[in-house]
Amino acid sequence: MSDTTQARPEQKPALSSHEAAAPRPLWQVVLIRPEVMTLVLLFVAFGVATWLSPFFADTTFILESATFYVEFALIALVLTLIIISGEIDLSPAAMMAFSACVFAALFKAGVPIGVAMGASVATGALMGAFNGVLVLWFKLPSIIVTIGTLTLYRGLAQVLAGDRSISGFPSWFIGIDWKYWFGVPIPVVFFVLVAIVLGVFLALTVTGRQIYQIGTSPEAAWHAGIRVRRIKMSLFVLLGVTSSVAGMLTASRLASVRYDMATGGELQMVLMVMLGGTYIFGGRGSIAGTFLAAWLLIVIATGMNVANIPITSQLIVMGLLLIVSIVATNAIYARTQR
Amino acid sequence: MDQQKLISARGISKQFAGVEVLSDVDLDLRTGEIHALLGENGAGKSTFAKILAGVHRPTRGTLRMDGRPIEVSSPLAAQRLGITLIHQEPISFPDLSVAENLVLGRGNEAALGRVRRAENAARARELMDLLGVRIDVDQVMRGLSIADQQMVEIARALDSDSRLIIMDEPTAPLTPKEVETLFAIARRLRDEGRTIVFISHRLEEVRALCDRATVFRDGRLVGTEEVAGLEDADIIRMMIGRPVKDYIHKHRARIGEAALEVRGLTRVPAFRDISLEVRRGEIVGLAGLVGAGRTDVARAIFGVAPADTGTIRVNGADVTVADPSDAIGLGLAFVPEDRATAGIFGTMSVENNITAAVPDLISQGGFISAARVRALARSSVEKLKIRLASLRQPIMELSGGNQQKAILARWLHTDPAVLILDEPTRGIDVGVKAEFYDMIGALAEDGKAILLISSELPELLALCDRILVMAEGRLTAELSRDEATQESVMQAAVPRAAGEAA
Amino acid sequence: MRDFVRTLIHRREAGIFAMLLLITALVGTMEPRFLTLETARIVALAIPLILIAAMGQMMVLVARHVDLSIGSIMAFSSIIAGMMFRDLPDLPIMAGVVVAIALGTGLGLVNGLLVVIFKLPSIIVTLGTLSLYRGLVFLVSDARQVDPQFIPRSLISLSQTSPVFGIPWLVIIALAVAVATYLFLDHTRLGRQIYALGSNPVAAPLRGIKVVRVTLLVFALSGALSGLAGVLYASRFGYVNPGITGVGFEFTVIAAVVVGGVSINGGVGTVLGTVLGVLLLGLVSVALPVLGVSAFWQDVFNGAVIVLALLIDRTVRERSTRALAQARSSG
Repeated sequence: MSDTTQARPEQKPALSSHEAAAPRPLWQVVLIRPEVMTLVLLFVAFGVATWLSPFFADTTFILESATFYVEFALIALVLTLIIISGEIDLSPAAMMAFSACVFAALFKAGVPIGVAMGASVATGALMGAFNGVLVLWFKLPSIIVTIGTLTLYRGLAQVLAGDRSISGFPSWFIGIDWKYWFGVPIPVVFFVLVAIVLGVFLALTVTGRQIYQIGTSPEAAWHAGIRVRRIKMSLFVLLGVTSSVAGMLTASRLASVRYDMATGGELQMVLMVMLGGTYIFGGRGSIAGTFLAAWLLIVIATGMNVANIPITSQLIVMGLLLIVSIVATNAIYARTQR
Repeated sequence: MDQQKLISARGISKQFAGVEVLSDVDLDLRTGEIHALLGENGAGKSTFAKILAGVHRPTRGTLRMDGRPIEVSSPLAAQRLGITLIHQEPISFPDLSVAENLVLGRGNEAALGRVRRAENAARARELMDLLGVRIDVDQVMRGLSIADQQMVEIARALDSDSRLIIMDEPTAPLTPKEVETLFAIARRLRDEGRTIVFISHRLEEVRALCDRATVFRDGRLVGTEEVAGLEDADIIRMMIGRPVKDYIHKHRARIGEAALEVRGLTRVPAFRDISLEVRRGEIVGLAGLVGAGRTDVARAIFGVAPADTGTIRVNGADVTVADPSDAIGLGLAFVPEDRATAGIFGTMSVENNITAAVPDLISQGGFISAARVRALARSSVEKLKIRLASLRQPIMELSGGNQQKAILARWLHTDPAVLILDEPTRGIDVGVKAEFYDMIGALAEDGKAILLISSELPELLALCDRILVMAEGRLTAELSRDEATQESVMQAAVPRAAGEAA
Repeated sequence: MRDFVRTLIHRREAGIFAMLLLITALVGTMEPRFLTLETARIVALAIPLILIAAMGQMMVLVARHVDLSIGSIMAFSSIIAGMMFRDLPDLPIMAGVVVAIALGTGLGLVNGLLVVIFKLPSIIVTLGTLSLYRGLVFLVSDARQVDPQFIPRSLISLSQTSPVFGIPWLVIIALAVAVATYLFLDHTRLGRQIYALGSNPVAAPLRGIKVVRVTLLVFALSGALSGLAGVLYASRFGYVNPGITGVGFEFTVIAAVVVGGVSINGGVGTVLGTVLGVLLLGLVSVALPVLGVSAFWQDVFNGAVIVLALLIDRTVRERSTRALAQARSSG
């Protein structure tokens, strides 16, 4: 793996001790990274869950349980891109709710369902753009401003849908989690496909690399001619669109829409991203990590359900996991930091 | 006045990351004097002052105060010893009032930590009166002018009965009137028996205010003299008097058309009315002291922080440069001064860094072509002789010189017509510097127009066809190769006393 | 020019006060029933819990941090106190109050320790503890609520009886907390250090401020006050429910604090401003139903208010920095 750039040592002065640090051995680069930890945790969790209940190790069962979390996982994938670029967005759960309410309200009002779906996606894009404008043009700190917008969007959902639960969707629309493709629930298939597309995008395209560069050093990225604002704005809009899609998936699964859809989802989404080894301050992370972390969460949540641990206690686990994961990734990254 | 030694420094030296920036400084500061510290950028005067103020700890050497050895281990310790440093940009708590800023840390609270508001405000007003300035002590620091903020810091020094007050380039942001006020106060403090250390580049001011002056050069103390006996020329010679190394880069570039023309570029308050041109094959130097505004001009040309008014022409055509990607498209390249924050993507690989500015070259339908990245990076490594262990290693593991080469390589791949280099050899070993000079010469021979911003006079003299000098935001001189000497450049770089236009 | 910045700050409180008058006038003209003492009483009862917690959140924000877990801390203290009252019927309410405050302080300290020891951004840490503590609430209570019959009468009476002018004890307690916060923040050394820390965290240690201690203090205080709010929740509402108590509370509190002029960047904010901010949000929450506007607009209002306040803060800062630069250049 040594580079041929050192092919003519006799013509150059010997490397003095402070010329260049020896590179990390390849095995370290591949193995000592947060994604591997996630993978290990995934195996451990799987093992524990199976030990707790033999019913667990049933692929169909796991895949069906996965459909509960796949909507958040989808959003977590896009959220990963945003966090790597150095920003954060806490409003996707609220964006899900509002765009789903828009969809439901339009449908109830007699609008053709295709148009309603389109409007929902457009709403998602608008909300994402609004977030983006506040952060990028008005230079407000993304974390606080998205707390404001999440309250705002949730409120709009309330205004639109009130306390009601809107239902009555056509039968082809609902129950997408019971529709399969080669034995896998469609939402899960969708999740895997999106993960592949985004993973390839982030790791293999120029824009993907630029996202890492922006997160590593926004100043250097700006100087290097990278279109920082354009890229970040696109990510915010993409997050909005993804939220609306996730909202409709949820509407299909629950066969109804309420303003309080996905409450508390912010935590799970951020948790998936952090557990996947993405650095909170930007510049590091991967789709693969978030993908694995999503499955880890699915295993843990499903395992706890099967072991009859009350859903509400799962909150403790989630909170603990979030803290532990940021402490851990912080520790790993801080050592190799600039 | 019977003067004694307040501070005795012996053998003070300081190393940063293996590089010695201060060597064996022996200096006595007396009570009741105003003492100037002079020297070029990086000569060591600021480092010495920071050691006195507890910001840095000396690698070697001893300090004595009133004859007794002291350890200034931190800024807090310095304050307790009676040493205060007044920064150029005063450090304060902008949201607290003047009175509070003065009083924070005094420890004069009543029972239960109750703050004695009335007493503190009264004491603050007392101090302001002592200094003869009219500042409303109840108002928030954020609104204060720099001059007033300095006054508050001086008042703090008085309140803590400081015996040594160090002022780091205090007059740069002040109006002539404010300078006079400052000087009057300094003289009064001196007459009280305190010691003032005055770091400045303005020789007229040094002559007007100071009793003695110490000149630093290349990290060493060149000499300490009574100001009365010194001429400007003497001072300048002490600041730069080194045998000019016989490094004249004999490059034979054919100088062609103007590639970059700038007219009337202004951005208040950084720079005013800058007009210059750089021709193909030419190396134009931009000299000046820190704060002269050279980097601001470069950032304006490159679109990082565009100017308010003025025109830019590239290859004869008027252009607007709104952001760096515009600039790159026009054939401009900019190697920034601060590579750590504006240059490298520290945790990313060397090859990523080298190819960061040319996405089109490495893209195959939007996807990154690893082969092209590798090829481009490899060619750079060979061409610029970058020493590294692997193209894939994080760039921050490379030495400073090699990092800088990688950044230069990045910009060379954009095939620029105009290359702006901002302090390209700062923090780089001597051997690698020579390589850089060769590279810059070769680039000029290649027909590129080069604007070289540098604080190192020998570098500018060796490389440049012409040297432009800036002082306090304006161009003060244009020197041809023959006219340019260390003295003539320094003369133009040293600002006139505040208020006199260039 | 200096007065410009100063008056802008003063204008903030004056501005909120003006808004209060404006809204009261507007709503009063549309619905005369609004301008009664009864309304005042309703508004007064709507705010004490938010006010108490806002005092704590204000200190955290001034120190340049954020505490998103206050709703969960409030719920935890509340449910433990509630369970104590239920299982130990002769317990004096003071004991419940003390326990609640102690628990809140403890949970707040955990937040502070995580921030200080691991140097993590407080927003993410408290996002995690928000969930963690809420989970604990369910765990200790077995997901059961504490029913009204178990809440001591004397506790509930705090919201109903009053020593003077018909102002309930609950409101008086809240006001007392506000006054105490004012005295602490404006008149003690530690209080001023909190402002200094938020104003310039880099300079703070240079001036002898013990950053770790002050940071732990603000989180502990925020937790303590959330704990107090928790036990008083039982007084105000007559029950404690693990799934309802304190949910979404943090956003309302943050909105009120931010509206009241406390800056996200730290170092700026007054107790008076925060009180006015709480009043404003409380007034709107009461005015909306009177106007026949569905209470659902409340969240929209809160969210919009947060965004607007951030925008205003940003504009003020930019103006003052630009003004400073101009002053410098004309020199």
